Amino acid sequence: MSALESFFHMGGYAAYVWPAVGLTLAVLLGFVAVSLRRLKRTRRQLDALEATRLRQPKSLP
Amino acid sequence: MSAFLALSRRELLLLWRQRGEPLIALAFFLLAALVFAFGAGPDAALLQRIAPGVLWASALFAVVLSLERLFESDHAEGALDQLALSPISLPMVVAAKVLVHWLGSGFLLLLAAPLVALAYGLPWALWPTLLLTLLLGTPSLSLIGAVVAATALGARRGGVLIPLLALPLMLPVLILGVTAADAAAAGLADGAHLLLLGAALLFALPLSLVAAPAALRQALEAG
Amino acid sequence: MQRFANPGRFLRLADALIPWAATVATALILLGLYLGLCVAPADYQQGDTVRIMYVHVPAAWMALSGYLFLAVVSAAALVWRHPLAHLVAKAASPLGAAFTFLALVTGSLWGRPTWGTWWVWDGRLTSVLVLFFLYLGHMALYGAFDDERRGQKAAAILALVGAVNLPIIKFSVDWWTTLHQPASVFRLDGPTIDAQMLWPLLVTALGFMAYFLALVLLRAKQEVLSQRARALALLQAGA
Repeated sequence: MSALESFFHMGGYAAYVWPAVGLTLAVLLGFVAVSLRRLKRTRRQLDALEATRLRQPKSLP
Repeated sequence: MSAFLALSRRELLLLWRQRGEPLIALAFFLLAALVFAFGAGPDAALLQRIAPGVLWASALFAVVLSLERLFESDHAEGALDQLALSPISLPMVVAAKVLVHWLGSGFLLLLAAPLVALAYGLPWALWPTLLLTLLLGTPSLSLIGAVVAATALGARRGGVLIPLLALPLMLPVLILGVTAADAAAAGLADGAHLLLLGAALLFALPLSLVAAPAALRQALEAG
Repeated sequence: MQRFANPGRFLRLADALIPWAATVATALILLGLYLGLCVAPADYQQGDTVRIMYVHVPAAWMALSGYLFLAVVSAAALVWRHPLAHLVAKAASPLGAAFTFLALVTGSLWGRPTWGTWWVWDGRLTSVLVLFFLYLGHMALYGAFDDERRGQKAAAILALVGAVNLPIIKFSVDWWTTLHQPASVFRLDGPTIDAQMLWPLLVTALGFMAYFLALVLLRAKQEVLSQRARALALLQAGA
């Protein structure tokens, strides 16, 4: 078994080690993706609101 | 002291007027024990062994389900605001409510526990320990529950939210109660466990009487 | 800390720190994974499954320190009334829950080949499970009230109560597990940690901490902007 193959084989425990590592990376990355998406959405909302505010030059009651 | 007694009397009257609710909690307690028995199967030896666990788990569920009414009706009628503004200290209000809540929950369960113990075939020798753990432990459940009920006051879906918040916090009491009974079952001394249960009660008392009023004040401030 | 009570200043701080923290996190986590998966030796008893420990233990550390962070921030919100503290708490909670979830699942995956069961009623794992529910309850409180601020205050109170309870829970769960002594002694931190095994743990743990910092700041920034958007929308609705 080549070195790369035995690395993936993980001494026979591949079915446990790789899901553990994979899940960790998936959760960590997924959280980043979700958080960034929320931030983008909020920024868009805020920009739209501030644009409408600028179009109303009179002071608000 | 007289204010505390007056408050407690008021709570007792309210409890009596809605006495259906504690009875429903009691019925639920017995039903839960029944469900567990069905789940475990008719093996007498197994039932005997899990009896303390079942009693305590059912007690937790029954107490947790009765927490919503602790502050809710007073809050809805505005009575809570008036009490907060009155010279009567909120900790005393909470103490009175907790005492009466326990009478309508833990105390009733204590009275009903022998029925479950009989059904599960718990040996007579273990009854004193079991009942003592319930006596010492269920007030702590009411105390912890008061903090959770105050925190979740006015929340949507309070019915499911309160159990979600309360059950993890009540676990230590359950563990102490069950291990005491298990120790007695193994023929070991249960004194240390009972002392710990008493200590838990002494610890929960000031914690609850500080945290619950604080949570109530937050709830009333927000309106 | 009071300097950053100003949202604008906080946002500038966040924008400065996030890229740095993210870079450090990526570098350290990748390094830690490399050390744990490739460099560290397999255990003579557990074989390569011990490599799961290199994600499990740092995740568990983060689960716990995440809650401590939550408790401190909640105290700042309630006691010192720091205006941004509630938002930071709201941002941090799901992160802590995510690490707790990872700790539980990786713990399960570690336990299955090593001790033959998916779940072990071990003191640490069980306490972490209870901690997971504490996080869930905290997260649930934010959305549970019509008045947003009420939800924030309720969550802060619960975080503090939970923090006080946490050592008690840990103690009682440990007590509970030792009384039912299993046939073999489960020690989820595996064999005695020697230096070769310590390095991947520390590097990954530090990487997770940098990750936590980056994401808390990112999410808190989003909360601040969201609050601003809601305020603007309210003003314009009244105009």
